[in-house]
Parts: sequence; C-alpha cells; structure tokens
Amino acid sequence: MSTARSAAILLAKELRLEFRTRELLSATIVFALVIVVLFSFAFDPTAAESRRYGPGLLWISFLFAGSLMLNPSFARERLNDTMDALRMAPISPFAILSAKMLANFIFMSLVEAVLVPVFSVLYNVSLAGVVGQLILVLVLGTIGLTVTGTVFSAISSHARLRELLLPLLLLPILTPLLIAAVEATASLFVEGPELDRTWVTLLAGFDIVFLTASWLLCDYLIEE
Amino acid sequence: MKLRYASTILVAGLIFFAGYAALFIAPDERTMHLIQRIFYFHVPSWMAMFTALSVAFIANLAYLATHKSAWDSWGVSAVEVGVVCCTIGLATGPLWAKPVWGIWWTWDARLTTTFILWLLYIAYLLLRGLLDDTEKKATLSAVFGIFAFLDAPLVYVSNRLWRTQHPQPVILGGSGSGLDPVIGKVLLLCVIAVMGVMILILIDRYRLERLRQEFEELRMEYETLNLEPSSIGKERP
Amino acid sequence: MPATSSTSRSGTSSVGISFAGIEKRFGSFFALRGISLQIHSGEFIALLGPNGAGKTTLLRIAALLAAPTRGKVQYTNSEHLVQPLDTPETKRQLGMVGHSTLLYDELTAAENLTLFAQLYGLGDVSVRVPNALETCGLGPRARSLVRTFSRGMRQRLAIARALLHGPRLLLLDEPAAGLDRQGLTWFSGTLERLRKDGCTVIMSTHARNESLDLASRAVVLAAGTVQDDSGEQGDPRPLLAALRADA
Repeated sequence: MSTARSAAILLAKELRLEFRTRELLSATIVFALVIVVLFSFAFDPTAAESRRYGPGLLWISFLFAGSLMLNPSFARERLNDTMDALRMAPISPFAILSAKMLANFIFMSLVEAVLVPVFSVLYNVSLAGVVGQLILVLVLGTIGLTVTGTVFSAISSHARLRELLLPLLLLPILTPLLIAAVEATASLFVEGPELDRTWVTLLAGFDIVFLTASWLLCDYLIEE
Repeated sequence: MKLRYASTILVAGLIFFAGYAALFIAPDERTMHLIQRIFYFHVPSWMAMFTALSVAFIANLAYLATHKSAWDSWGVSAVEVGVVCCTIGLATGPLWAKPVWGIWWTWDARLTTTFILWLLYIAYLLLRGLLDDTEKKATLSAVFGIFAFLDAPLVYVSNRLWRTQHPQPVILGGSGSGLDPVIGKVLLLCVIAVMGVMILILIDRYRLERLRQEFEELRMEYETLNLEPSSIGKERP
Repeated sequence: MPATSSTSRSGTSSVGISFAGIEKRFGSFFALRGISLQIHSGEFIALLGPNGAGKTTLLRIAALLAAPTRGKVQYTNSEHLVQPLDTPETKRQLGMVGHSTLLYDELTAAENLTLFAQLYGLGDVSVRVPNALETCGLGPRARSLVRTFSRGMRQRLAIARALLHGPRLLLLDEPAAGLDRQGLTWFSGTLERLRKDGCTVIMSTHARNESLDLASRAVVLAAGTVQDDSGEQGDPRPLLAALRADA
C-alpha cells in the first residue's frame, strides 16, 4: 500500500479521534485567546502600536499554543500501546509521521482561523486586501511549526517531563520561523502593504529543510 | 600514558604563553586599551565552539548510520565541550561590551545566533537527562542534534537579515582592516592554545563517558549473576 | 518468489521462524542472552517461564517490534525459503496479542477493526468487520466506544484485531488474561481452528489454561535463555504439567 494511501487512512483516524471530543482544539483556542488578552494588559496598544506589535503577538501566541497542542500527538499513542499496532502494520514509518503532521497542520490552521479574525477585531487591525497573502504566510509558517513540532512530539514522547520538554526543544529551533513569519506578517499590516519576498523565501526554505530532514530521519523517530 | 602527559604539558605551556602574550606582548589598542585583550580569548572560544559542535554533528550522523555507542559518546562529549566554550564566549562578550559600547548585550545576528545555539544544545543535554533507555537516548538525541545543527545557519541568516550591530570583523576583512602583524600572531597563538585545551578536554570527556558505560555494564552483569540476595556474604562452596 | 507464498487467500501458505543467537539488552540489562530456536511452520509452541524470563521480549522481537542487539531472526515459508524481514508482505503474516490491547479507546469497536482492516489492505471491509465482531460475540456493541468495554470484552476485541488479516504466524502474550468464560470458549475454539489450518502459534503463558492442550511443543525460558525444549517431535506434556495451575 502506498505511503499516501496509508497516511490518508491514518489522517482520517486522527481527525475522527479529535473531532469526536474536540477537547484539544477548544483548549488550544482558549489558551491562544488568553495570551492575546494578556498582551493587551502588558501593552495597552494604540492603533499604530497594534500594527507594530500585532504580528509578533499573533505568532507568539501560535507558537505557545502550538507547542502545548502538539504534545498529545504522539503521547496519545502510548495509551494501550497503539503505536505498536501501527508499527506492526504493513505501512511505512513516514506514513505514520506524515499523517500526524497533516493532522496537526489542520488543527493548528483551525486555531489560527479563529484567532486571526478575533485579533483583528480586538486590536483594530484591518485585514482588508491582504487576506490572501496573509493566508500564504500563515500556511508556510504553520507547516514549519507542525513539521518540527510533530517530530519533537515523537522525540519527547519517550522522555520524562514531556510537557515541559517539547516547548524547550521546539521554541529555540523555531526562531528563524518566528522572525520570518513576524516580518512577513508585519509587511502586510503597514500602510500600503506589500508582501516581503525575502521572508517568504526564508519560510519556504525552513519548511523544505525540516520536511526533508524529517523524511530522512523518520525511521529513527518511529522505532522502538 | 606518556602521550597524555606530554600533550597536557604542551597545551598547558601554550596556554600560559598565550595568556602572557595576550596581556604583555600584544600591542595596546588605541581606543579600548586593556579590555580589548579579551578578544584574544573571546574569538578562539567561538572557533572552539564551532569545531566542537561540528564534531557533534558528525558524531550524530555516524551514530545513526552505525549504531556504535562510541559515536554517541563522542556526540555528548562534543556537545558538552561546545556548550562550555559557548558559555565562555557569551560571558566574555558582555565583559568587553559594557566598557566599550556602554551596553551589556545587543540582539545582533551573531550574538543572537550564539545564544540560540547555547539554548539548543543545553536542550540536547536536558533531553538526554530525561531519557532513560540507553539506545533511545542515543538515537533520539542524535536526531535532535542533527535538527539543531541544521537550524544554526537558518538562525544566523534570519537574524542577519533582521539587524546587525557587531563590529565588523577586524581579521576577516571589513573595510580598512589592516592588522598590526603582532596582533595577528598573538591571536593565532591563542587560537591554537584554546583549541588545544578544547581537544584535550574533549578526549578526556569521551574517555570518561566510555568508562561510565563500561562500569554500568559490569555492574549490571554482576547484579544479574548474583540473583540471590541471600548469597551475599555467604561462603562460596 | 515461490507461488505458494502469494495467494489471494492468505490461509494456505505457512510461516516458520528461527532465532539464531538472539541477545537483547536494555541499557545494561540483558533480557535475552543467546536464544537459538527453530520453529517450523504449523507448530504450536507453548512458551513457558517465570516473569522476567524474557518471553515478552522474545515475542516482540518476533513481531518486529524490537530489534535484537545481536543475533538474527528469520522467517521461513513452507518450503524453508527465507523471507525478507520488515517488508509489508512479511508483516501481513504476523499477528500479535500483547500485554496492552493495542486498541483506540476513543473509537468504537467497529472503527478500530475497520482502521486496521484498511491499513492491512483487506477487501470487503464492510462485510469482514461485522463478521469478525459477530464471531467474537461483540456484534451488539459494534458501535460502542472501546472505553466502555469490560476487560474481557477488550481482550476479545484485541484478539479479533490480531486475527483480522489472517496472519500465519501468531504471537500471543498471555492472550487468555482477562477473558471471561464465554471469551475463553471462543478463543480456544478459534485457536483449534487456526491450528488445523496450519497456522504457526507461539503462545506465552505462566498459568494453566485449556488452549495449552493444543500445544505441540513446550519451550521453557529462564533468565533470558532456553532452559528446556520438548523439541519438534517430542512430547510437551511433562513440561506443561509442571506449570502451576491458576484459579
């Protein structure tokens, strides 16, 4: 069976599991909202300041919320040793990994789809005219976040203190992504918005490097 | 044995001479005077750090390819030494910066990258500490180490594109970087001395790691051979 | 590839397994210290021994869930030809019932079986899954979450999951643990049918149960080595009798 087909089957399973309870999604959305609100106390932004700090705030809340949301990805498979069942099945390790990456990408995108409009309302930042480009930046950034996050979820699922370990491993690795995503988003929030190509290229580069590394190293992530 | 003594004495001698040279032989810098002499150890510690972390990267790849625990020992030793060199670099930097620039720290590309690398490799060591099984520890930290190393250039490029405030490198050709040849020689001496220290410590740390592993194995062998706790202290037939 | 090993119904070829000098260490702990065993197609092995003897580790290695630190595992088909490890074809021949149920608690019984049926590329899933559930007596609870099942029901489903894709080498780690009376009857019957079918079975246990009567051979492990082996042609009953009866 091809990797794509088995990944699709596993993706359906991941989605079914999450959408049955929606616990993780709702908790993550609320957590991201809390961060957004807290920032308003820390900064009390005027409109101009919102536009300056907004991109940073947005991406920080995504990174923090994401690093909490990504943990259960592999930790869940420890219950009843379902990971063993997946490893025994005649599917490639990359099918298992990519299914989880895709699932996390979808979940994170849903969180962002809620957060971005809320943010634009709370901070009075208009998104008119830049929605398409903003979506591009969000997609590229989220790919990087979920690819590396899923890999580190696999790594930390074997360790103690995994809830603390995952952000500890993930956030330093994501600094280039954070810089690029914030700058790219910022270029869309200014008067006369124009998407900065350099940052988009950097984001794409980040995604390609880590997606390739994950694919090459996935056997070691899935093995016993 | 003799080689160890000889190399230790040689490197110790180099370091003393390098320190002497840095303090007394090197010419006084026009504006920064005494504090500038930190440069003679600050720069070499960066080079030592990059060397150590590159060794770690190669060790990580080699471990995944061969599964020989020796490579894992090299990996953890190199990372530890690299983190120490990094700490020295990060500590000596502000010592220089405060009198010269008036600020302890700045978020320019090079400094930020180094700080991030420091965090990443400390995370590597923490990860190892939190994994119990030896094989998993070796495999998973090797994977993380590879990711961290791949991240380093990305961190640098992104920070570089973002902002820069570090003084243009005097040696590697910013404009008008004509160097007093004495400075160059003293720096070279210091680089060799510091690298010598780093290599010696790396080898010793590697040996320590191998000894620890051997000890663990022997201890376990002993425990499983003596399955009956009541047999301890009894006379052997 | 010989013709007998590629059949549309996976029920005609059979699989043997051989362990050569298998060592497994976890850090500095040796779970297995040099195990060499030849198990031929169609044998029913009772794997005996106290806790910590290495039974689970050996079964996991046979299931390709763990790699031996040293030594080789080989699968042979009925013509004694070696099959390559770790390929999808080999994995399709293996079935395991382990200590955990290997089931998703938050999916229904039907969803669990459907998932694995799809992963193993089985046809007629919409017929196969309800049949499997009916056979193990879980038909009425097909749409209930596994989380709501009793221990006995979960074990039945775990066994059904392992058998779903028609494996030719069954690795059973204390499979009767937690089964209720009804489940035990069903399980014994299933094992008997599989045995007649030529399926190779390695079942580990440290308590007496009815299925052991089907065993053709007994292998006793102790402290990571083979202490006793009744052999392919021998009589397993003396070794089985030494097993302490459990209530």
